[in-house]
Amino acid sequence: MVATRDMPLKEYVLKGNAACAGCQDMVALRHAHKALEGDVIQVVPACCTSVVQSLWPKSGLAIPVLNTAFMASAATASGVKAALKAKGNDDTMVMVWAGDGGTFDIGIQALSGALERRTDFLYICYNNQVYSNTGTQRSGATPLHAKTTTTWTGKTEPEKMIDLIVAAHEPVYQFTANTAYPRDLYEKFQKAREYPGPKFGHIFLPCPQAWNYPVEKGVEIGKLAVETGYWIQWERIGEEFILGRQSKRFQDPANRKPIDEFLKMQGRFSHLFKPTRDDKKIAELEAFIQHRWDTVLRTFT
Amino acid sequence: MKTELMSANYASARSAVSARVEVVAAYPITPATTVPEQVALLSETGVYKGQFIRVESEHSAIFACIGASSTGARTFTATSSNGLLLMDEGLHWASAARLPIVINNINRSVSPSWNIHVSHDDAYSKRDTGWIQFYVASVDELYHTLIQAYKLAEDERVLMPVMVNSDGFVLSHTLSTFDYLEPEEVDKFLPPYTPPHWVMDPKDPVSHGNIVFPEFYQEFRYMMHEGTKNAVKVYEEVENDYKKHFGKYFGGPVDCYMCDDAEVVFTSQGSMGAEAKDAVTELREEGYKVGNARIRMIRPFPHKQIHELASRVKAFASFDRGVSYGFGGPVANDIRASLYHTNHRPMVKSYIGGLGGRDMTVTDIKEVILDTVKAVESGELGPEETWHHLMEW
Repeated sequence: MVATRDMPLKEYVLKGNAACAGCQDMVALRHAHKALEGDVIQVVPACCTSVVQSLWPKSGLAIPVLNTAFMASAATASGVKAALKAKGNDDTMVMVWAGDGGTFDIGIQALSGALERRTDFLYICYNNQVYSNTGTQRSGATPLHAKTTTTWTGKTEPEKMIDLIVAAHEPVYQFTANTAYPRDLYEKFQKAREYPGPKFGHIFLPCPQAWNYPVEKGVEIGKLAVETGYWIQWERIGEEFILGRQSKRFQDPANRKPIDEFLKMQGRFSHLFKPTRDDKKIAELEAFIQHRWDTVLRTFT
Repeated sequence: MKTELMSANYASARSAVSARVEVVAAYPITPATTVPEQVALLSETGVYKGQFIRVESEHSAIFACIGASSTGARTFTATSSNGLLLMDEGLHWASAARLPIVINNINRSVSPSWNIHVSHDDAYSKRDTGWIQFYVASVDELYHTLIQAYKLAEDERVLMPVMVNSDGFVLSHTLSTFDYLEPEEVDKFLPPYTPPHWVMDPKDPVSHGNIVFPEFYQEFRYMMHEGTKNAVKVYEEVENDYKKHFGKYFGGPVDCYMCDDAEVVFTSQGSMGAEAKDAVTELREEGYKVGNARIRMIRPFPHKQIHELASRVKAFASFDRGVSYGFGGPVANDIRASLYHTNHRPMVKSYIGGLGGRDMTVTDIKEVILDTVKAVESGELGPEETWHHLMEW
């Protein structure tokens, strides 16, 4: 694993960006761009990143950023890539940086099309499990029982398993990452540079605003997501599936921390503990966690 | 320059070769389909040297063009009807981003009910997107207007995208001769596209499209308006330049025929303008002082040309192959609105018809013109609009 001192000192996420305190998106962007080292064009649909990159005429990111419409990021990236190709540039990385709404929901058609066309690009979904830019509405990535402003008493369905949908398109490289493990995230972006073809990264990204937790607890929550088995760290290089070392020991449910530790830190799940613990709903969440493990491993191994 | 025999759609695909388009992104829809089909063939046989993205929707087609144009490439797409409607978000995006994308919209009626034949409603409904809009009357005019469109769109005084409309089936699938230009010939007229203000380039990183607060937003919109308005004047330059190079001239924003001493002028958009020429010729032979004004450009609206005509004629017989529901003939009402700010007060008779591909023959057009002639003779303005040959139920 890369040592922190070996990461480039150059910063691409600059001071003065407009992110909220404790924003984990900035952690993801910072390490992603350190790994990509500047030769990149970043396409951003409507999402938090379209706001936090700062306000015209300034930019808080030291890379070219093309903002685009909500459902169009993968199509826009296809055009950017084609233009680079037409001009004889095969090296510059084209990267989409989209939220979960822009990936799971409104942008899924364009994503599917670009993957099927074997577009040489990297699509990143930074997933904070909610439409946080518009103020916390449920998305297809919002977990079961989470409160949002369109599911006031808790969501009644679990999230869509987007990774399986993407995997059906057979990208050359696919990974999950988590901002609580920035060195691992950095290495995955470095690896993504090596594979020409369609690549997909799915980053788990706690949001203090939407999940309602103290701003300094983002890393703690990110780690608990892994340690409770809620989030699985893995990579897939072609057909080869690699269960991430952070997740390996939590494949066995006996090693997992109680899901309560993850849920209790977040206001969006507070109703599951008031006035008393809602055993039934929490059991449903646990069942989904196991179901996801089973499905991912059954599909990929 | 050599003469070729092709449908308008095939000629349209050829224009991408001649203009050295670098990226085409398109999705099939009748009657536009044979454009991407032909681009694919030209690409696979090495005639078209740029990139062709076979996208999964029209929304993605326009946004792929937006991505490519933002990266400095000359871009082209073709669509029709519902496809153009699906592009709507991207049409607004392209013009606000000042990207000189060119679309060939092959006019088709909007659903429901399903009808694949010509109406102009698809493009009329996009008049407020900022796109410059042309309507053409022949295969030759389509091909050359598409090449001119890049020169116009890429002019720094304009920097707005261009939509060239051609009538579904009447032109799209009808073979006709046209004068083809090799890319080497077009080079003299059309230099490579160099974005004058911003481009996606890792060596000079900029953010495009990030948040602009109310204190600046309006100024950007004002500049878009100015850019679009400039297109009338710049297009006249472009067309004169084109004429010098290739001897081709299609009449500027409004192509007038026998208008000089005309008392009644028929206006229309698209292929009907060619039929109208014959109608006017016949009516002249019958002794009527009539003319034909083919409105080739509806956005920006050619105020100057219309005002000039209005200063001389007694009436316009203005035909729309489309409707603004609850208001009437779109271009007829544009003419009325444009003249209100002048002292010219000719009659502006509005006719609506030819919808869903219903034929508009020379006989039909003569009937329309004579209806206006009658109004002039009687001094009776008559109804605000007349639907041509509306069936009685």
